[in-house]
Amino acid sequence: MNYLTLFRALAPEVMLLLAAFVALTFDLLLQHSHELQQRMRIAGVFAIVGLLGAIVLLVQQAPVTLLGGTLVVNQLTVIFKIVVVALTVLTVIISIEYPVGRHVGEYFATVLFGAIGMMLLVSAEELITVFVALELTSLSLYILTAFHKGALRSQEAAVKYFMFGAISSAFLLFGMSYLYGVTGSTNLREIAVAIQAAGSTPLLVVALLFILVGFGFKVAVVPFHLWAPDAYEGAPTPVTAFIATGSKVASFFVLTKFVMLSFAGMPGSAFWKHLTPGWTMLLALMAVASMVLGNLAAIVQYNVKRMLAYSSIAHAGYIFVGLLAASVTGATSVFFYVIVYALTNLGAFGVVTALSERVGGDDLEHFDGMAKRAPFLSLLMLIFILSLAGVPPLGGFFGKFYLFMAAVERDSVNFGLLWLVIIGIAMSAVSLYYYLILLKHMYVHKARNEERLKTPAYLNLTLAAVAIAVIYLGLNPQPLLALLKNFVAQL
Amino acid sequence: MRADWSIYISFIGAGLVMLLPRNAKNLIRWTALLTGVAALTVALTGYLAYNLWIKTGNAGLWQVINLPWIPLLGSNYHLAVDGINYPLVVLNGFVCVTGILFSWNIEERVKEFFAFFLTLIAAVYGVFMAMDLFLLFVFYELAIIPKYFIIAIWGSTRKEYGAMKLVLYSFIGSALVFIGVLAAYFAAGGITFDILELSKHPIAGHIQVWVFPLIFVGFGVLAGMWPFHTWAPTGHVAAPTAASMLLAGVVMKLGAYGCLRAAMLLFPAGFEYWRWIIAWMAVIAIVYGAAVALVQKDFKFIIGYSSVSHMGFVILGLATLNVTGMSGAILQMFSHGVVASLLFAVVGRMIYDRTHTRQLDELGGLRKALPFAFWTFLIGGTASMGLPGFSGFVAEIQVLIGAFQMSPWLAAGAAVSIAITAAYILLALHKVFFAEEEHVTGGGHGHGEVVGESRWNLPGITCPEVVASVILMALLVIVGLYPSIMLDMIKANVALFPGVAR
Repeated sequence: MNYLTLFRALAPEVMLLLAAFVALTFDLLLQHSHELQQRMRIAGVFAIVGLLGAIVLLVQQAPVTLLGGTLVVNQLTVIFKIVVVALTVLTVIISIEYPVGRHVGEYFATVLFGAIGMMLLVSAEELITVFVALELTSLSLYILTAFHKGALRSQEAAVKYFMFGAISSAFLLFGMSYLYGVTGSTNLREIAVAIQAAGSTPLLVVALLFILVGFGFKVAVVPFHLWAPDAYEGAPTPVTAFIATGSKVASFFVLTKFVMLSFAGMPGSAFWKHLTPGWTMLLALMAVASMVLGNLAAIVQYNVKRMLAYSSIAHAGYIFVGLLAASVTGATSVFFYVIVYALTNLGAFGVVTALSERVGGDDLEHFDGMAKRAPFLSLLMLIFILSLAGVPPLGGFFGKFYLFMAAVERDSVNFGLLWLVIIGIAMSAVSLYYYLILLKHMYVHKARNEERLKTPAYLNLTLAAVAIAVIYLGLNPQPLLALLKNFVAQL
Repeated sequence: MRADWSIYISFIGAGLVMLLPRNAKNLIRWTALLTGVAALTVALTGYLAYNLWIKTGNAGLWQVINLPWIPLLGSNYHLAVDGINYPLVVLNGFVCVTGILFSWNIEERVKEFFAFFLTLIAAVYGVFMAMDLFLLFVFYELAIIPKYFIIAIWGSTRKEYGAMKLVLYSFIGSALVFIGVLAAYFAAGGITFDILELSKHPIAGHIQVWVFPLIFVGFGVLAGMWPFHTWAPTGHVAAPTAASMLLAGVVMKLGAYGCLRAAMLLFPAGFEYWRWIIAWMAVIAIVYGAAVALVQKDFKFIIGYSSVSHMGFVILGLATLNVTGMSGAILQMFSHGVVASLLFAVVGRMIYDRTHTRQLDELGGLRKALPFAFWTFLIGGTASMGLPGFSGFVAEIQVLIGAFQMSPWLAAGAAVSIAITAAYILLALHKVFFAEEEHVTGGGHGHGEVVGESRWNLPGITCPEVVASVILMALLVIVGLYPSIMLDMIKANVALFPGVAR
């Protein structure tokens, strides 16, 4: 173990750190001589260059295990780090036009710090590192949420997000300390071995419960979702996109790792007629509650960001269904879905960012007649929203199909998990209703003001690329799926 | 050209239309029309070739394409045609072309209309040809969304309600299908979605008994199966003409076709278990649809409910599980597709677009004002009643014979509707096209005071309407007088269906 290996393994993260400092410094120097808009562009370009550099470094990385299994680099983590970095790039791109106030350098630096946290989270296989990475991510996101300095709801959202987040961190840490106490290790793989050997004890159940609660907050599943609608609505829209995508990807990745490595041997069953207490049953209940509540609550929202917040709670519920299958197919389906979901949501929030700034709000009625005012972005929104609704041939459809398939496959003789799938599908039908309401506002309603909206070409092209990716993942899911399935074995 | 080009041509056409400038309305219309004609030509030439092959005593599938798509699931991009789906493919082509012709007068957002329309057409082609359950499901769901926009944007009476109801019903139906498909996949070993492969894996009886109704009802929702039919009248009425034509003419057949190809083929034991219940539900639909049509005040609702009634014949024919009844059912799909398109075109395009009312009490005396509409409705209506010489007769008589073999009571029940059908068609004919003097006293939207022929001062029937009507009427007569052009291939392939009685 020498520092050079460590440095090489973490080079992408270091790259982001450098980019963050460069963006900060330059912005400090240019602060008085340049317009706000120019500073945004300059800082944004620095951030993007750093992120692209990180991708280049990531692609070349060799698998390595560091510090006795604390940090792990393998193909799967590389894929997910690339996804996180790509999502950050998109976040930065949609931020450039967005008025985040005069602290330009700080904004982009904080985004990059958040990205570093997410990347570490993907790599971490040790409790303390997981916790530290999670905190780095969360703290960056709290700060970013409050970036609308003038807007009261941004401040309120940040405080709410921070309070909930801090409590969830406490839960998580508490659960981890128990886990350590029971198994005598903080390494996930050693914990798995210890659990296999010792079997289930009441203390272990408590530990897992608390860890689930902690992660439940981070990924916003019912009943730990209360912060999400306010944070989503109040945060600057690009930040909302970042919270809804990047942090979800990283959190779900590490949660899946927990499930596959540590929980899988634990007792408990979610099979119909064989429900036994344990983590699967708990996950099943959370999944059902999220799918039902998220979708039903989304129906009555009049604010697009809030609606998407509830929809993301519902999506977390779908993902839990795949998660509790706790099989190779299940983990693959979760990974696939998370990637597609993140891309789709980022696209959707990107469109919301671009349009809401120009029409002065993000309520449903602000989107009236968008198909005429901004036909291209409306078409992209159509694709993103239908993908969220799970309509073929888009990525969201296949992702959902595969999630549910994984759940049925878990007990394909007695169809033990089919009840969850049935609820999930029924709720998908409900979700189509509110997604169509949004599309109705854009396509059917007449605009009060028919003036064409001009959006910068780079934004249109970026979002179009995301849309093409979403379509491609639906038409040809095989390559990514095979890749993920192959690497899930490395967990 | 391979049959699957119909799908690609339609998709390409939709894309092309999107690229055209939005003000070049005529260019958009002609592009759409040429796309429709090209797709129809591909379908029709293939159909005739297949027909020749059948005439030489063959039967069975013609493979179109079979490539691995998602090997991890065992899903193939597998398309094939046979005597069961070819008539429906051709029907889709004809409804597409005539639908475009009847939409010639759309002025608002022309580009988007034809883009959605052609996407829908392409998806329907796909459903009819798909031989892989997953692929079929993909096309089936793809066909749902364009309908929403077509109805919600270009529709009439309560369009947003009708559109949402239709889409949610379809989506809930496809949710049932989804669960059934997953169950079937795993019950058959979890290795393939290919329908032909799946049908070779016997699925345990106790699973078939509960999976079959999921898939059958799931598809049945779209086929207007009683009591899940309520989307149909509201959806049809709300839709613009071309969409009504497509909904009643083709989309309802998607449901019936799914029942046949997925539910009945893969779950013979489950079908046997539920057969009688389905048959009686079909009879209820037949009589109920006709009876409700009899008391409607809105002209379009009459046709809407008559669709429920006629689709009942399809389900009844399928439930008989004998060659006569099932062949009748498939022919009925084609026949009703043409009849419903024609009638919706008369009501929606020829009459409503000119008079802006569909209330029977406000119409009247249109025979002189719109003689062409009168003759078209007369022919379409007569075909709908099932008079000999039209395709509807050949289809319904076979369904009735098939049902008689299953149980005389079923046939008797269904036969009642023939009288009711005659009644509501004649009643509508009378109220809309004759009955002028009696009704002029009311204040029918400003027309009320005028008496006699001058009451209606309507623009004449346009050339696209005449062409489209003539195409549809010709189909009715050709298949009516020379049914073997379609019936031979249907019968030859239905006989191959597992478990079918002679």
